[in-house]
This record gives sequence, structure tokens and C-alpha cells, in this order.
Amino acid sequence: MRRRTCIITYYGYMDGSGEYYIVIDSSICDGCGLCVGQCPKKIIETAKAMIDIEEKIVATVKEEHRKNIKYECLPCKPDKETPPCVSVCKNNAIRIIWKAKA
Amino acid sequence: MIEGSQQYWRWREYHLVFPEKRPKQSSIITAGVDIGSVSSKAVIMVNGEIYSISIMRTGSSSPDSAKKVMEWALKDTELKLSDIHYIVGTGYGRVNVPMAHNTLTEIACHAKGANYIWGPTVRTILDVGGQDIKAIKCDEKGKVLSFLMNDKCAAGTGRGMEVLADLLKIPIEEMGAVSLNVDEEPEPVSCTCVAFARTEAMWLLRRGWTKEKVLAAYMRAMAIRMCNLLQRVGCESELAVTGGQSKNVGIISRVESLLGMKTLPMPEWEKDGRDPMAAGAIGAALFAKALHEKAKK
Ligand code: SF4
Ligand code: SF4
Repeated sequence: MRRRTCIITYYGYMDGSGEYYIVIDSSICDGCGLCVGQCPKKIIETAKAMIDIEEKIVATVKEEHRKNIKYECLPCKPDKETPPCVSVCKNNAIRIIWKAKA
Repeated sequence: MIEGSQQYWRWREYHLVFPEKRPKQSSIITAGVDIGSVSSKAVIMVNGEIYSISIMRTGSSSPDSAKKVMEWALKDTELKLSDIHYIVGTGYGRVNVPMAHNTLTEIACHAKGANYIWGPTVRTILDVGGQDIKAIKCDEKGKVLSFLMNDKCAAGTGRGMEVLADLLKIPIEEMGAVSLNVDEEPEPVSCTCVAFARTEAMWLLRRGWTKEKVLAAYMRAMAIRMCNLLQRVGCESELAVTGGQSKNVGIISRVESLLGMKTLPMPEWEKDGRDPMAAGAIGAALFAKALHEKAKK
């Protein structure tokens, strides 16, 4: 059986206070851009990415926001609710990992 | 750096040519250039095998560093820059490699490079570069399945090691071994930020800690963070370590004992250029071959 290939990118980081990641699967994202419109902080964009040697348009987190996810995404309460970027995606290409230490 | 004073941070810059891989008339000649935050690497391949490799310190401008490291790779070969059919650039952030025909992410290049260095059994790659740590999962062809990068805090990276080498006056290539010279593992330091590395290390030294113990505490803290990243992507064997710290036994052995898993052994890179520090450039040169072949079709 062939395993489905997936290209999962974890945008975010882990620091002393916990883990904060926006996780995007580029193999199922079709670059429709719905999540871009839904994000109140405008931190997601669609951009060209090289997947292996093919180019594809996919959702990415803007570079200047990658080190700030803990603060940028906080208003969406990703620990308690489903953030708009996640709920809008019909392909389930986005998820959020949010584990703040108590 | 003042001339004459020993540069403890300085790792070895080198250039190797493997004349037996010399190109023939019909050979496909490709190159990969990886401009990292600390070191720049260039690899020239003939039919997908390493012919020449060079590693040097990255200067203040990435186009200049790319030019220099490529010129060095061409030295003592029969090639000119224009003989290379396809060049792929890669590196930290938005790098600028002026002679490159294409630019690819360093993640894809590292996975491809690790697959070339160790073969198809590599499933997880830990890349410890100058300013970030990456955990990459790939398939048997070296294709990226998932990856995670931590560049928030330059925790346990090349830059931090350089700062400590300079402070403790221990040559950077010996630091790993020195750190293993402790009777028991000290508690890891609380913060591995480069900005505080110096201050915290000085404070520990004043409290009477030996250099060995200070280094052990640092490398343990780094190893813990690396293991956290690896566990997040799901560490599967076999595990390969690439990047500038792949030769640091102090870090590697701690990662191994924390994970309870061996890492793939260091290849005999002096014989064929399969240096894990150059995995990104090796992968870039392989992609260059694939892209060249695709363009010809
Ligand atoms: S909504 Fe989903 S499929 Fe559309 S761009 Fe965003 S992640 Fe990709
Ligand atoms: S969690 Fe909210 S702020 Fe963060 S990317 Fe999603 S929509 Fe934007």
C-alpha cells in the first residue's frame, strides 16, 4: 500500500512558555485563498512554493509573523475554539497546535 | 578579529576535488550553492556525483559569499562557471545567489542531500545550522513529508557555539569532546539564547563551575530542545544529523541518549565529499540535475 505523500509545514515555534504552530499541508491545500480572507490578523498569504521540483501555489504564513504566532493568533483562542482559518478550509489543510504551559 | 590572536570559533574552511569524477564530453555538470547564516557551501556534481566541494564562512553579503564559494569550488577543476549546465541556490531566509538558475527551499535540499549521503533508509533529519534547528521527515526518495523549524531563539546552534568557544578559549571543533569530560551530567542551563549565552556562562564560571561542566550544561539544554522538535514531527529511524553541528559529539551523543536511538554514523566524507555539513548544497546540486533534465525534455 502506498502511503499518501503529504508535505506538512509547521510555522511557529516552541519556547519556554509552550508550543505554538500553524500547520499547513501543502499537498492538500489547493491555494484557494479562503483562509487568507478569513484571518483577522492578515498573517496568511498564498505564495508559490517549490514542492519537489514542481511549483504550486499554497497557503503560507507570512515570514515576518512566524516568530510571533503566540501573540498574533491569541485573539482567535486556538486552545478553546476553532479559528476561522481552520474552519473555512474545505480541504482540512490547516490546523493549529496550541499548547501553552500552565 | 585581531591578527595573531587565536580564533577559537574558527572551524575548518576547506575545498576538495575528486579528480576521478572528472567530467567527460557528454557529462551533465550541475552545482548547488547553499548560503547559510554562518557558512557557505558549494558542490559541483558530474552526472549526479560529487566532483568538487567547498565550505567557507559566510560574509556580510549573500551574493558575494555565493560568488566566492563557487569560485573556490571551481578552483583546480577543469571547469569554468559557464560549463555548469544548471545551478540551484538555497539557504537561510531569502538568499540571493546571483548565478543560480533556480532557488529551492533549504528543507527540500537538506532532505535530498541526506538521502544521497546515507541512502534511502533515512526517515528523519535533524539539521543544526548556524541560526536555526530543523526537524525534517522524508520518504525513501528524500522527498520531504513534513518539517518543523525553530528559529525563534538560536538555541543550540552554530552561532551559540562560536560565542562559547571564544569565551572559554576552546577550539570549536574540540568543544563536543570536552563537554563529555564530566563525571555526571549537570542540570541543563535554563536559557540557550545566544544573547544570554555569554552572561550565563560567565556567571556559572564565577560560581566555580569547570569549563567542561559549563559546556555539558549547554549541550544538554540544546539536546533537549532538539529532541522536543524531533518528537513533534515524530522521530522515526533512521535518524541523520546534518548541518554545522553534525560533527559535535557532545550534542549528538546527548541526543542519542535522550531519544534512546542511534544516529547514522558520519560518512567518510574526506574520501568522496559526502559531508553532512554540506547536505543542503549536495541536495541543491541533485535538484539542479533533475531540473536540467526536465528542461531538456
Ligand atoms: S483555505 Fe485551505 S485550501 Fe484554501 S488556501 Fe487556505 S489552506 Fe489552502
Ligand atoms: S488562528 Fe486566527 S490569527 Fe491565527 S492564522 Fe488563524 S485566523 Fe489568522
